Amino acid sequence: MTRPTLTQATGPAHTRILGLGAARGELTVTNDELVGPIDSSDEWIRQRTGIVTRRRAGAGTDVLDLAEIAANDAIKNAGLTGADIDAVLLSTVTYFHQTPAGAAIIADRVGATPAAAWDISAACAGYCYGIGQADALVRAGTARNVLVIGAEKMSDFVDPTDRSISFLLGDGAGAVVVGASDTPGIGPTVWGSDGSQAQAIRQTHSWLDVRDGDAGWPTLRQEGPTVFKWAGFQMAPVAQQAMAAAGVEPEQIEAFIPHQANMRIIDQMIKQLKLPESVVVGRDIADTGNTSAASIPLATERLLREGQVDSGALALQIGFGAGLVYAAQVVVLP
Amino acid sequence: MAHSEQEVLAGLAEIVSEETGLPTDSVLPDKSFTDDLDIDSLSMMTIVTLAEEKFSVRIPDDEVKNLATVGDAVSFITSAQA
Repeated sequence: MTRPTLTQATGPAHTRILGLGAARGELTVTNDELVGPIDSSDEWIRQRTGIVTRRRAGAGTDVLDLAEIAANDAIKNAGLTGADIDAVLLSTVTYFHQTPAGAAIIADRVGATPAAAWDISAACAGYCYGIGQADALVRAGTARNVLVIGAEKMSDFVDPTDRSISFLLGDGAGAVVVGASDTPGIGPTVWGSDGSQAQAIRQTHSWLDVRDGDAGWPTLRQEGPTVFKWAGFQMAPVAQQAMAAAGVEPEQIEAFIPHQANMRIIDQMIKQLKLPESVVVGRDIADTGNTSAASIPLATERLLREGQVDSGALALQIGFGAGLVYAAQVVVLP
Repeated sequence: MAHSEQEVLAGLAEIVSEETGLPTDSVLPDKSFTDDLDIDSLSMMTIVTLAEEKFSVRIPDDEVKNLATVGDAVSFITSAQA
């Protein structure tokens, strides 16, 4: 018997971000509202994190609501409809269902059914993980248009008495559609993980502990100085690799959009990267807070909305967080 | 090549000065990083990382909390070179 030769999918040579959408929690939460239980002050939080206020969602808004708003925005801005979307990737650590994936629900809500749909668990690197996957899916011919969403309701994951991370966190969602392009619009993704540092940013305990009555609602903790050292110093070489892989020099980058973890980390990364002063830097953390997987697209949306960068600009983006995991790429802004 | 305690102190003073803006001659062995030099835990990690690079030593994160004074750090770095 002669076995037939399989047909394998092939896709377009290039991809780009076709459209961007954003949603921020409807509430503005000041530092003064959070300092009581952590015996701190507005000045301490500003000095340690650069955060003045953060956006949080109310009780009636869940993480999928935020994701849906951003997703619909992104599809519309891409000039598409839900029917044009072949795959939906939702990056989140605050959708509190083991199964089914939130991505399938979002796919249905935006009219993309029967798009392939799955969630990504890569914390604050999740959006860049999603861009890397979407780029590969389109160029491989596995999907025409991929909806990538980073969405978090981090306020569901906080302990008001925690001094390590809770006061940094905000709620929001950012989404993009990745599709075919005549010219290169997404550079190679440089990514990785280091599970030996899994404790550096962690959930306080597992759902099994909750089931067994040994623990209450799990919340987030971090070893702040350890994370600062890792992110501030070890992520710069990753960002440099992403620029080199894309064939661009630091002086050709127009915007630097890192995960909005902490303004001090952002400043340290800029120092390490020796970026020229002409590079516009995403600093959305000041009044949105750290929104984990949503922070890079939210910071991007702000730079574009405020006219700090133009559509078509080259942006270096890098996500890093719990895992530890990281991912970076150079993209052409939509 | 191993650095003497004096060389480590001088090098560390440069790093602290760069991070904080304090004059190098204020970075003395008996000075507390937090109480005297007003260095917070994030700035401390910057100083530690730059000291690791400068003196080719490894300062584990768990060890940093034991480095209360400039002298503690000088001693640790000097020993770690050996």
